[in-house]
Amino acid sequence: MNHLIILIPIALFLGGLGLAAFIWSLNSGQYEDLDGAAERILDDD
Amino acid sequence: MTCCGTQAQPDNASIRSRLERERLLAASHGADETTVQSDFLVPAMHCVGCIRAIETGLARLPGVINVRANLSTRRVSVRWRPEDNGPSDFVGALADLGFEADLFDLANLKDEGDPVGRRLLLSLAVAGFAAANIMLLSVSVWSGATAETADLFHLISGVIAVPAVLYAGRPFFASALSALRAARLNMDVPISLAVLLALGISIAESLTGGKAAYFDAAVTLLFFLLIGRYLDHMMRQRARGAVTRLSRMIPSGATLVLPDGTLSYRPLGDIQPGNEIVVAAGERVPLDGRVKKGKSDLDRSLVTGESEPTLAGPGLDVEAGILNLTAPLRIGVTRVAKESFIAEIMQMMEAAEQSKSRYVRIADRVARIYAPVVHLLAAISFIGWMIGTGGDWRTSLFVAISVLIITCPCALALAVPIAQVVAANRLFRAGIPVKDGAALEKLKEIDTVVFDKTGTLTLGQLRVAAVSGGSPRDRDIAMALAGGSVHPAARAIADTGKVPAAMKLVDISEQAGFGMQARHEGKIARLGRRSWVAEIAATGETSAAPGDDGSEVCFAREGGPIMRFALADTLRSDAGETVARLAGGGLDTWILSGDTAGAVAPVAARLDIAKWRAGLTPHEKIACIEALQEEGHKVLFVGDGLNDAPALAAAHVSIAPASGSDIGRLSADLVLTGKTLGALDTAVRVAHQTGRIVRQNLGLAVVYNCIAIPIAVSGHASPLVAAIAMSASSILVVANSFRLNLGPDRSPLPDMRPALPANAPSGGLRREQAGVA
Repeated sequence: MNHLIILIPIALFLGGLGLAAFIWSLNSGQYEDLDGAAERILDDD
Repeated sequence: MTCCGTQAQPDNASIRSRLERERLLAASHGADETTVQSDFLVPAMHCVGCIRAIETGLARLPGVINVRANLSTRRVSVRWRPEDNGPSDFVGALADLGFEADLFDLANLKDEGDPVGRRLLLSLAVAGFAAANIMLLSVSVWSGATAETADLFHLISGVIAVPAVLYAGRPFFASALSALRAARLNMDVPISLAVLLALGISIAESLTGGKAAYFDAAVTLLFFLLIGRYLDHMMRQRARGAVTRLSRMIPSGATLVLPDGTLSYRPLGDIQPGNEIVVAAGERVPLDGRVKKGKSDLDRSLVTGESEPTLAGPGLDVEAGILNLTAPLRIGVTRVAKESFIAEIMQMMEAAEQSKSRYVRIADRVARIYAPVVHLLAAISFIGWMIGTGGDWRTSLFVAISVLIITCPCALALAVPIAQVVAANRLFRAGIPVKDGAALEKLKEIDTVVFDKTGTLTLGQLRVAAVSGGSPRDRDIAMALAGGSVHPAARAIADTGKVPAAMKLVDISEQAGFGMQARHEGKIARLGRRSWVAEIAATGETSAAPGDDGSEVCFAREGGPIMRFALADTLRSDAGETVARLAGGGLDTWILSGDTAGAVAPVAARLDIAKWRAGLTPHEKIACIEALQEEGHKVLFVGDGLNDAPALAAAHVSIAPASGSDIGRLSADLVLTGKTLGALDTAVRVAHQTGRIVRQNLGLAVVYNCIAIPIAVSGHASPLVAAIAMSASSILVVANSFRLNLGPDRSPLPDMRPALPANAPSGGLRREQAGVA
């Protein structure tokens, strides 16, 4: 039982971290030009 | 003789560049105090090389702060300082880099951003996060967690589920509420009810230490449904993007002649009747008015459907949207922008659309039957269990709610949108963006196809139909002469062959309203109107010769015979085949055209269409279509012009070629981006397949319910059974829908890409190979 008290908050925190990262990326406009992003990685410099 | 129109325009470079700059600033918006942002459409941008070339090329211009190219929308945003004597000719700079570009009017097109899409995506993310975590906890409970652990897990699930459902479920709750307010039932009513009840009973169960918590069911249900909703939204958004991306036909401003004679570019709203405006050759007339000065040829094809250019001189009334071909015109404005011909067309469209909005989509039709049945069933289960258990209301309520949860139309709500999204994707790859799913449902029902002529059955481009008189040498000279003009008739002649390299013409000039003139080996050569050409020809034919209009072009050298080019509009290459195939499929075909009977009859004869009307005004087109629909026909209207826009809105379903007017494209349900009409046939076929898949999906959902309902009514629906049954049925429906991708023409039609007009979103076809996901 005791280890669950620690593990569940950790699991939820990590999941929440993922969600927060997604919301951040959405708000910072990273989904506005998906086609361009796919091409830009081919840019050498 | 020089043309008076050319003198009327003080055409020096500095004025032109100042006008360009005013126009640019009018279409831009301020980013902050000192900088403005201007957007440009660059349809030809398609790879990282283009992005680099554009971004570095424009950044080098003085005054430019930041350049960002967006490949998805094919737009380039430039932030620059207008104060520094910086550049204003970005379009020219882009042309130097090898990209055709158009100024994108930010002031006029306030479609920026997609708040609904972002909201759906956020809801989807929240629901996904919650569903994954709750499912992990639920699996532990199902695989045998002990009593206290199970209670704890239920509580944690509840803490995650309640805010997640309240946030992610809002699109459904809002839609259900508005349906209930209008005293209707849609699919969102049983969805919202099931989710909220599942949440409520699970909270009650977890607080009292009960066994059955449906948190996972409620959240995964929302997650699945949001996927469907989001895909549906993306489909519409992309089709809309493909439409607005094409360059705009109606200018947002006009070049005004100020009282002191100087020119200034002003937004349309600032221009009053009585003002005088200048319309340069190659521009569209922005407002209704009357020609005051100048002589030119006008291309009215978009406005009236006439395929041949008409001559314009002082006193002629012109409508907004007409293309001025050969020489600048000064036009006295007679009506403000709000009362122009285009505004009138818009009003007719609105009226037509209102009468059309009564259409009920198949999902809502199903919901009208389904929702009452489900609610009745839950009520009957409750009463039955109350009687059976002798008044144990807790068990009875539990059974009733589990009936609602398990019959919740997860599969049913996905059955229609998923099939339509997959079908729309397939059509998008074939170059046919679809506005929304309802268009596919309606396309399946049609029994009559009504075509516009100019720009739809034909390309709206003149072509040389016959040549008589003259020698091959005359013909070479005529072609060389025609090559110097942008007039459609001249272009048609220039395109008939290759000019020998040795051809030497001097003193080439274009005489607006008459034609082209040049000197060849010392002798004057003329190409243009018969009367004008006859002045120099040997035979000295009178100017009263028949057919002195745009349908023929004559050529003569000084003292030589008259050579005649007969011109006709070009039929689309596969128009005959497509019409024959549609007629073979049992569809009735019609032509409704604004062009003259003389121009429509041969086209109708060649395409074997017996029913046609010519010379129709936009009002008469609507009347014809409404008459057909009142007889019980379901009409598909295919048209492109401004004059077709109300008819496009009035018809049961409508398709517009991308080469047409913006208003035409915006009011149509589907858009053909290729040069061929064959895609029309594909669209009808895919619509039928979609209808079949939708029916199968609904059938699958009914079968699922036939199995699940007895389990729920008999009280055997545990959370585990509910989770498995709902996921399985959803996956089955989605998998079935993907069969739509397996049709015979899965790959893009081979002739679509080269046939795309220069300003069409060609990359849209390329990126969509991966399917919906």
